[in-house]
Amino acid sequence: MPVFDLSVTSLREFNSMLHSLAAGANDTAFEVVNPRGHHAVAVGIDAPVTVDIKGSVGYYCAGMNDGGNVTVHGSAGPGVAENMMSGTVVIEGDASQYAGATGQGGLLVIKGNAASRCGISMKGIDIVVHGNIGHMSAFMGQSGHLVVLGDAGDALGDSLYEAKLFVRGSVKSLGSDCIEKEMRQEHLEKLAELLDKAGVSGVRPEEFKRYGSARKLYNFNIDNADAY
Amino acid sequence: MCGIVGLFLKDKSLEPELGSLLSSMLVTMTDRGPDSAGIAIYGGANGNKAKITIQSASPAKDFDDLEHDLRRALDAPVSVEVKSTHAVITLAKDKLDEGRAALATLRPDVRVMSSGDAIEIYKETGLPKDVISRFGVSSMSGTHGIGHTRMATESAVTTLGAHPFSTGSDQCLVHNGSLSNHNNLRRELVREGMTFETQNDTEVAAAYLTAEMAKGKDLGEALTGALSDLDGFFTFVVGTKSGFGVVRDPIACKPAVMAETDRYVAFGSEYRALVNLPGIEDARIWEPEPATVYFWDHEKAA
Repeated sequence: MPVFDLSVTSLREFNSMLHSLAAGANDTAFEVVNPRGHHAVAVGIDAPVTVDIKGSVGYYCAGMNDGGNVTVHGSAGPGVAENMMSGTVVIEGDASQYAGATGQGGLLVIKGNAASRCGISMKGIDIVVHGNIGHMSAFMGQSGHLVVLGDAGDALGDSLYEAKLFVRGSVKSLGSDCIEKEMRQEHLEKLAELLDKAGVSGVRPEEFKRYGSARKLYNFNIDNADAY
Repeated sequence: MCGIVGLFLKDKSLEPELGSLLSSMLVTMTDRGPDSAGIAIYGGANGNKAKITIQSASPAKDFDDLEHDLRRALDAPVSVEVKSTHAVITLAKDKLDEGRAALATLRPDVRVMSSGDAIEIYKETGLPKDVISRFGVSSMSGTHGIGHTRMATESAVTTLGAHPFSTGSDQCLVHNGSLSNHNNLRRELVREGMTFETQNDTEVAAAYLTAEMAKGKDLGEALTGALSDLDGFFTFVVGTKSGFGVVRDPIACKPAVMAETDRYVAFGSEYRALVNLPGIEDARIWEPEPATVYFWDHEKAA
């Protein structure tokens, strides 16, 4: 497996190599050592490659990922897996703010805690956090699933559209237009599937509560016409 | 943006390396703000001496014969160590007020960067690496220190607009963010007797903490008050003679990473700033929570 040492190889060289891989290339698994908090490691992957990053990364790691499997064997800075299209990103440690922001697809797994604004404006991504998430998570989330095994901070799901939120622990407060909703069979099944995909064992879907949009903010109500 | 670094040593054997560790951390943060850079370093407090760090736009003129002039004015031992545009005046602690008054008369154009038992502040416009080499920060020793590299938003790029800001004895503050109620707060603080050198928002935050501590609060209590009295975005790192504190506003969009080992507590705007610290691989690393005061103190340590 090719190994890229970011204390020797430039980040640009590594990312360019990822972008120039031809279809059917023999090497599809790469290891990155000494990331030392570098920004934008493994952004813009558009092929089914595997990247193992041995250490902690800075801003925007694995951003725009489309089909890659990226594992960070450490913690990630702000904006990890931002705008992911497809593929899988796994963070073995913690993630800083706005993890998985605007993600359109794929799976983001954070084995530690995520900070504020996790899944902000999510548009189809599935996010599974083994620990806790910070305030304003899933703000304006449009679709996709956010699964939290621990607790959620203030203003969860503020101004939510149709993203589905599942929290096992406590929720410090719900954001505007976010409410607790009934957990139906279809949700339990989806949750079981996501927990399985994220490698979570020993946790039952029934331990979670579901939160979603009350649909009062984003649907026009004719009774409010005078206000416009 | 703006970049902040801070290092509070628990292990005395690291003290000779404080300047070099802090310098390396700050240089790593250069691309968060190339306008100006500054460093506050605490060390050498022995109970009897006080230090005044001064800055001059014309150091050749202002610092020439300053030691001699101050000795004569105070009739007491004074030493002046010139470092580029800055100079550190060391004198007996009980002569500090008299010394500052004499300085204002003898050299009216000189600006006081800091004064106290332990603090020295060096700041200038330019890149961190240039500011650090200009003042020889890498060879300085100390107990704790704070560095800042600035991307100016709220006031001009000048020496006095650079961070850290010091508005009280042995106190300093650096800031990443912007305050929106600084004009009002400045007016109130002026009424309480505080004086200001700039139109900068961060100076108001520093003066606010100084004023609150003058009313009897400790640094932790003053920082808690700041959470309700300051409006805007901030990650603050503050220093006192023996203490080191961190607080972020409730929105917490300005980045912060902390690391703690048996030997030190470290702060960085990004993890990149911390990667060269000894033993960082095994440090406890975390992101400070929003609206939460973190505070360490050498004197309060068990």
